[in-house]
Amino acid sequence: MTKIADNVNPNVYEKGSEREVTSSERDEDVVDEIDSREIFDLLRNINDPEHPLTLEELRVIEERNIYVDNKDNSVRVYFTPTIPHCSMATLIGLSIRVLLLRALPSRYKVTVEVSEGTHVSEHAVNKQLADKERVAAALENKNLVQIINQCVA
Amino acid sequence: MAKLELQQNLIGHKGIVWNVSWHPLGNMFSSCGEDKIIKLWSKEGDKWVTKTVLVDGHQRTIREVAWSPCGNFLASASFDGTTAIWDKKSGQFECNATLEGHENEVKSVSWSPSGNLLATCGRDKSVWVWEVAGDDEYVCEAVLNSHNQDVKKVVWHPTSDILASSSYDNTVKVYKEDQLDSDWTCIATLHSHDSTVWSLAFDKTGKRLATCSDDKTVKIWQSYGPDNQEGVIVDGEDATWKCVCTLSGYHTRCIYDISWCHTTGLLATACGDDILRIFKEADDSDPNAPSFDLICTKLNAHSQDVNCVQWNPSGNGELLSCSDDGEIRIWKFIME
Repeated sequence: MTKIADNVNPNVYEKGSEREVTSSERDEDVVDEIDSREIFDLLRNINDPEHPLTLEELRVIEERNIYVDNKDNSVRVYFTPTIPHCSMATLIGLSIRVLLLRALPSRYKVTVEVSEGTHVSEHAVNKQLADKERVAAALENKNLVQIINQCVA
Repeated sequence: MAKLELQQNLIGHKGIVWNVSWHPLGNMFSSCGEDKIIKLWSKEGDKWVTKTVLVDGHQRTIREVAWSPCGNFLASASFDGTTAIWDKKSGQFECNATLEGHENEVKSVSWSPSGNLLATCGRDKSVWVWEVAGDDEYVCEAVLNSHNQDVKKVVWHPTSDILASSSYDNTVKVYKEDQLDSDWTCIATLHSHDSTVWSLAFDKTGKRLATCSDDKTVKIWQSYGPDNQEGVIVDGEDATWKCVCTLSGYHTRCIYDISWCHTTGLLATACGDDILRIFKEADDSDPNAPSFDLICTKLNAHSQDVNCVQWNPSGNGELLSCSDDGEIRIWKFIME
């Protein structure tokens, strides 16, 4: 038996263009700090757990909802579930967290939250994603890690 | 001016170091973490070195280690759902008992001051009280289901068999055994934090409790007995706990641990902003509305979140900390 997706017919949006590589980025002498576009590029191709679509195509992840502060070494990502009662919100958030944990230098403090007002259990989902002990325990669960790896592959 | 001077940086774990625990004599400590091993450290000359490594006790992350008050037993709590008791009756440290019962991750373990009781807690929202029944024998005395979310930490009162726990449900609970029917019950619930309460510590007398939270505050609670002179209303014979001080505006991220030195009265906190902070009660502090001053801030105490902080129980001003960065650091607190 296959579970029917929470949102059977989500809106699908076009993918944005690839990042243009400027000449200053090729210049090794110019300090190239991590910015929101770079985080977006890391996250845009995460697969939705329910649809053969990426988080970018579903507009779960948008560059304008990503904030990077290099002075503070903080990264803040807000994601937008396609529907307010999406049961996959925690899994999507966890996938984002795991990918950033693996990709970013460890000095960054990463916060992953649901965009304000876009999910019925917004507060509960945010609290769970912020609890690093729960995240650490979840990442020792092989089945869950397998599902997350499929999403971030 | 007060300062924390780094005495030694200890590298020996792979991945997150979750907890460090001083031996009651203060001349040895144990550490544990994501790598599922326990290390015992002591001094050789003036350097701390690994003396023993305990392996194969747990299948998953070891979240906390705790020495018994006599110093002969070490308890370890793990995400694998078990608590192991280690001792060296045979000459070297071995696991001679395993406490099973929690449904999943065990997050904290603590010995009562007499050493006759143990408490554990975990993600299954319960707190278990175990009695030391004999050689390598531990019997469950009570399962307390007062919290409605996972329980992060259990800590005993310094002199009597009173237990306190803190939780993801934003509260702290206090328990004791009813002398008549020997039933363990929750005798107080402390509401005031706005998010997960990660840790808590009693002061030397046990009349005060300090709690730290994801809401970036530290709170000081005071107990008022039935015959208190302050006019605090007490229901029955169990003390009322009142929040008498909130330290806010100091920490910029979640506070993971707090330690109350029973010799100097200083409070130390471990924070997700990589900073260690020391607070001291002001000289002119009102006992019923105390004020605490931040007297020391150690920026970049670690390169990632600081998970645990513990004052040396001998009162020599040594402070242990450990972090997500895989390191353990020993600090000396100096008041100039």
